[in-house]
Amino acid sequence: MFEQWKGFVSGNWKKRIDVRNFIQTNYKPYEGDESFLCGPTERTKIVYAKFDELLKKEHENGGVLDIDTETVTSLTAYAPGYLDKENEIIVGLQTDAPLRRGVNPFGGINMTRKACKAYGYQLSDKIEQEFTYRTTHNDGVFRVYNDEIRAARHTGIITGLPDAYGRGRIIGDYRRVALYGIDKLIEEKQKDKAALAAQDVTAEEIRRLEELYQQIAFLGKLKEMAAMYGYDISAPAKDSKEAVQWLYFAYLGAIKEQNGAAMSLGRVSTFLDIYFERDLANGVYTEEQIQEIVDDFVMKLRMARHLRTPEYNELFAGDPMWITEAIGGMGEDGRTLVTKSSFRILNTLYNLNPSAEPNMTVLWSQGLPHAFKRFAAKVSCDTDSIQYENDDVMRPVYGDDYAIACCVSAMRVGKDMQFFGARANLVKLLLMSLNGGRDEKSGMQVAPAGKKFEGEYLDYDTVIELMNIYRPWLAKTYVKAMNMIHYMHDKYAYEKVQMALHDSDVHRYMAFGVAGLSVLADSLSAIKYAKVKVIRDDTGLITDFVTEGEFPKYGNDDVRADLIAKEQVGLFFEELKKVPTYRNAEHTLSILTITSNVVYGKKTGNTPDGRRAGEPFAPGANPMHGRDASGALASLNSVAKLTYDVCKDGISNTFCVVPQALGGDDETRYENLSQVIDGYFGQNAQHININVFDREMLIDASEHPEKYPNLTIRVSGYAVNFHKLSKEQQKEVIARTFHCCM
Amino acid sequence: MSTVGKVHSFQSFGAVDGPGIRFVVFMQGCPYSCPYCHNPDTRPFSGGREYTVDEIVAKAERYKTYFGEKGGVTVSGGEPLMQAEFVAELFEALHEKGITTALDTAGVKVTDNVRRVLESTDTVLCDIKFPTDEQYKQHIGIGIDTVKEFIAECNKTDADVVIRHVVVPGMTDSEENIKAVASLASQVRNLTKIELLPFRKLCVQKYNDLGLEFPLADTPECDADTIERLKKLMK
Repeated sequence: MFEQWKGFVSGNWKKRIDVRNFIQTNYKPYEGDESFLCGPTERTKIVYAKFDELLKKEHENGGVLDIDTETVTSLTAYAPGYLDKENEIIVGLQTDAPLRRGVNPFGGINMTRKACKAYGYQLSDKIEQEFTYRTTHNDGVFRVYNDEIRAARHTGIITGLPDAYGRGRIIGDYRRVALYGIDKLIEEKQKDKAALAAQDVTAEEIRRLEELYQQIAFLGKLKEMAAMYGYDISAPAKDSKEAVQWLYFAYLGAIKEQNGAAMSLGRVSTFLDIYFERDLANGVYTEEQIQEIVDDFVMKLRMARHLRTPEYNELFAGDPMWITEAIGGMGEDGRTLVTKSSFRILNTLYNLNPSAEPNMTVLWSQGLPHAFKRFAAKVSCDTDSIQYENDDVMRPVYGDDYAIACCVSAMRVGKDMQFFGARANLVKLLLMSLNGGRDEKSGMQVAPAGKKFEGEYLDYDTVIELMNIYRPWLAKTYVKAMNMIHYMHDKYAYEKVQMALHDSDVHRYMAFGVAGLSVLADSLSAIKYAKVKVIRDDTGLITDFVTEGEFPKYGNDDVRADLIAKEQVGLFFEELKKVPTYRNAEHTLSILTITSNVVYGKKTGNTPDGRRAGEPFAPGANPMHGRDASGALASLNSVAKLTYDVCKDGISNTFCVVPQALGGDDETRYENLSQVIDGYFGQNAQHININVFDREMLIDASEHPEKYPNLTIRVSGYAVNFHKLSKEQQKEVIARTFHCCM
Repeated sequence: MSTVGKVHSFQSFGAVDGPGIRFVVFMQGCPYSCPYCHNPDTRPFSGGREYTVDEIVAKAERYKTYFGEKGGVTVSGGEPLMQAEFVAELFEALHEKGITTALDTAGVKVTDNVRRVLESTDTVLCDIKFPTDEQYKQHIGIGIDTVKEFIAECNKTDADVVIRHVVVPGMTDSEENIKAVASLASQVRNLTKIELLPFRKLCVQKYNDLGLEFPLADTPECDADTIERLKKLMK
């Protein structure tokens, strides 16, 4: 049909939009090692040096190089921008200059104004004026929030809700633009729209019709945007370079339009490999040239930026974009989806130094080729830039063409989307349940006044009973807030480019989350197995505890504590599921905090486990720092007890091990690390961030940042450049458990 | 099973005590007094907690998914062979479950129970503390013959043997010393490797906590370059 498809094996992908089928019929699994890889070319070194220079300036400038305060971001709002026009292979920037940030007030003008101010800029009068006549997502949400939701937000029992910024977590199938070209995609969307309009229509269908209209309009804008850079993307890409360029344009359009918290890339390396292998076979490109294209593409991804406020940075530290790329995994037919390009994309961490972005996510399976497992472990040991997710637990749910949104949220590419929803603080739920619905810090009545704990020593059964009273209230308030947020986001800040790159009939998840799991588990364990006396202030509010005796702690493979954690997660999820969702989205739950574990801790009073008010929680599903005292594997076994069935939006675990503890020499370390991942995932755990370094180095890096300009570490579902963390966040990372046994 | 062993502690993740990833059992009690001992808290025969073989096997099985082909259980200490009967039963039970066994020992007088342990041991990690009888008698409190006889006993079994030697600056780091250790190691029939372990002082805190004086408090740690240099000597 298209001449650009010459040499590809035919399949259903030619008859309908079906990228998975294209991959399955055309890709070449690779079981070999990394010896074929090429280093950076002279050209790459020159371009990278320019980029590196800008990174330094950005850092010196307090984290933001420049802001265009005059232009509202959109696909075609800026003149074409270049890093090094002469030498670039893949082109396209978010604004007209590298690292210059655009403003995106559609989520909320207030945030935009504050963000400009924080870096010494002022949002232009022109934009201020324009947005007095526009409703933003944020305006919409606050028109409908009730007092209860506001109080829950204010006290921090629910924190980080995407009600003032783009929700993100949506992954466009950017590959479609490369494979089919824009015109074919528009044609298919027009067919869908006509078919929908031919049915009976009520509110939902009319909404979908308008959304399809917007999707089609923005596919057109995507074409215009590419044309500004001198490319016509109406037809499919004809070779490797075009495939990468088309795909990148699609992603660029998405991040020009949206400033969502997480803007994942999807699962592109094995898709692109098909183009690379075709061109290598035909002698169009050499291996060195292919790596050069991949390096240039990744450099572009590393230049993506959004403008954020300092408050936002507290929740999501280090200026992350979550350009998550899912690498490897296995196919449903048993062949590995690892290709040479799985190696090539990881190789960028050597060619262009370690980096937080793109968020390299290896889909791990027991069945992955040994050479790839070894290489990934080596890259982890060398760069601390990879996270691993268990393909063997996700593939049965999502098939073999899913990707990861943000950190740990799996979705079928182009078929599922999600309504992202931050997290509820389960530790505050415990404290509020003891206090009859009052906030333990301010004394404010947040939940309706009800039963409270009257005695002197906490007894487990009574505490559980009280939590059973307040949990439904929290679940209801949380779902209600989420429904309002996503209704308004669809209405005022709909993701037109990204949704155009989904099937029209999309499956929706509503992704809830919890924070403070380990503190909750340890607190309940203390109540159950030790003696916990309450201390009240003069208003009768329980503000502190005296805990006497030993109690089992989550993180030691001790069922007494671990099953408490598991049970509490299950109970909360059951409660959430009882409350209906906007657009009938499927409820899911994550145990993931990003770096908000610091903020959550700050907003939470003293707890029965001995944690003092204000102290950070452990991140995600991690055991509390220093309490997982039975060694690394016991700690992993505790987290592995949490079931993925209940937490389909992901269970994040961040693991730090000192190099010497992994083995006496490099090869042994790679082998042992790979074995640790096999063992952890063999118990159906879902996610692990791997850091291989020791505490002393982090302390040194905190004191002498200039010595470690590229130090990248995994924090919680993503990687950050260490020097982009605040001192407080650095302190928390340094306090984490470093597993060592020598 | 009725036999109980006195255990100091467990470490779920051992990657430097035997092949692959290992669950490490630290037995309580050691008769020796190595000056650089890094586990002084495991030395007294009083203390520790009693565990049955079954209890420890159950714990080890929780880590089976990590072991792969090479990993398994390492019994260390303390001196594990001071509780040889218990260790023998433990190793036999582990083999029943398909879990490999490693023994981390300084070598003891060979008894029937020690022979029984060795019959169920896949890897022996044996320390050679010093190359001479005088040094052994002075610093450890046994003669070198005990160690030589123990190694001879190992040679009668199929167990792989790793010889380990702690390099202490000013005490065991001379080239002459290292060559002598290598020569002793050459007596081992199934020698898989010789590990030179750098003297470290991570254990100072433990001594302080126990109210003990660390005999090598003034000795500097051994650096990585020294180890590399000495390793080359042994080739």
